[in-house]
Amino acid sequence: MKLILALIRRDLTLGMRQGGGVGTALGFFLTVVVLLPIGIGPDQALLARIAPGALWISLLLSVLLSADRIFQQDYEDGSLDIMTMGPVPFEMVALAKAVAHWLSTSLPLAVAAPLLGFLVNLEPAAILPLAVAMVLGSIALSLIAAIGAAVTVGLRRGGLLVSILVLPLYVPVLIFGLSASQPGAAPGLTAASLLILGAITLVSLVVSPLASAAALRSYLT
Amino acid sequence: MELNAKDLTCERGGRIVFRDVSLALAPGQLMQLTGPNGSGKSSLLRLIAGLNEAQTGSVQLTGGSEDLTIGQQAHYVAHQEPVKSALTVEENLAFWRDFLGGGDVDEALDAFDLSRLASYPAGLLSAGQKRRLALARIVLVPRVLWLLDEPTVGLDTASLERLVRVMATQLDGGGMIIAATHVPLGREPDQRLELGRAP
Repeated sequence: MKLILALIRRDLTLGMRQGGGVGTALGFFLTVVVLLPIGIGPDQALLARIAPGALWISLLLSVLLSADRIFQQDYEDGSLDIMTMGPVPFEMVALAKAVAHWLSTSLPLAVAAPLLGFLVNLEPAAILPLAVAMVLGSIALSLIAAIGAAVTVGLRRGGLLVSILVLPLYVPVLIFGLSASQPGAAPGLTAASLLILGAITLVSLVVSPLASAAALRSYLT
Repeated sequence: MELNAKDLTCERGGRIVFRDVSLALAPGQLMQLTGPNGSGKSSLLRLIAGLNEAQTGSVQLTGGSEDLTIGQQAHYVAHQEPVKSALTVEENLAFWRDFLGGGDVDEALDAFDLSRLASYPAGLLSAGQKRRLALARIVLVPRVLWLLDEPTVGLDTASLERLVRVMATQLDGGGMIIAATHVPLGREPDQRLELGRAP
C-alpha cells in the first residue's frame, strides 16, 4: 500500500510541476463553457435547460484530452519496465496511475464544473446534484480513460484513437450522470441514476486495472 | 543461488533473433554479453528479466525466494533512463526507493558522485549524469541479479571507475551480473557469451 501511495504521490507531483495535464484540461473546460453561451445566444431559459448536459460533455472531453498521457511518459522512458519488476502487482500500478489521473485532473474538473455553471445559467438547485454525480462519475471517467491510454500507449499521437475507443464506454456514464443531475426529475430517478452510476464506477474499478495492465504488458513484451 | 537459462529462442516481429541460447551463472560471477547490433543482447536481458516472453526454453533462478519472480529479484538497466525531468535527482531516487522497497538514497547518490546534484531538477542533467542517476538505482535497492544493457554509454572515465567499483561490490557480495557491452569492465568477466554466431 505504501508503495502504491509513493507512485500516486510521484504522479501528482509530476502533474503539478509539469502543469500539462491539469492546466490543459482545466483550460479546455473553461474555454468550452465560456464559448458555449456566446455561441448559443442569450436565451436564458434554453441555457438553463442544456446547462447540465453542456457541463457533462465538457467534463468528458476535458478528461479525454488529458487521457493519453496517463502511461505515455513512463512507457517511453522505461519506468514502466521497472515497475513490472517491482514488488507490487502490475494491476495495482495501473490502478494507481488511474487514481493519480483522477486526483490530478478529473476530480478538480468535477468540483469546478458545477461552480462554473453560472456561465451557462445553471439553476442553483442543480449545483449539488450535479457535483455529486460528477465526482462519482469522474472516477469512472478516469478509470476508463486509463484503459484507452494503455491500449494506445505505444502509438505516437494516440489521442485520436483513445477518443474513439473510449467514447462508447463514456456514453453510459454520460446518460446516467445526466439523469442523476436533473433537479426537477421524479424523486426516485435521481437516486436510481446515482446507483447505476456507482455501479458503473465499481465495474470500471475492477475491469480497468486488469485491462490496462494486460494492454501495457503486451506493449512491453 | 544460481541462474539457469535453457534453450532460449527469441522471436521479434516474426524474425528469429537467436535460437537455443543457454547460460548458467553462479553467485559472484560476471557475464559479458557481446554480439553485433541486432543480435539480441537486449532481448536476452529482457527475456531473463521477464519483460519479454521466450518462444521456447525457460529461465530459472534457483535458491532465491520462491514467491518472487526473477524480475523482482533483478535490476534491469536499459538504454533509456527512467528519470523524470520534473523531479529533482534526490526525488527520482526516493521514488524508486519507496516503490522498490528499502535502500539509502544518500549512499546511492554518493556511489555515483551525485550528492552535489541532489537538489537539481533531473531535467538539467547531462546525458552522462542521467546515466549515473539511472545506475544509482541499482545501488539503492539490493538485488541479487543485475542485468545491464550498455551500462557504460555516456560515462566519463571517473564514472566508469565508479561503476566498476560498484560492480565489484555486487559480485563480492555474492551477486550476479550480466552486462551487454563491448567496453572492458575493469575486470576479466567470468564468462563470455557471444550472440549472433551460427549455432
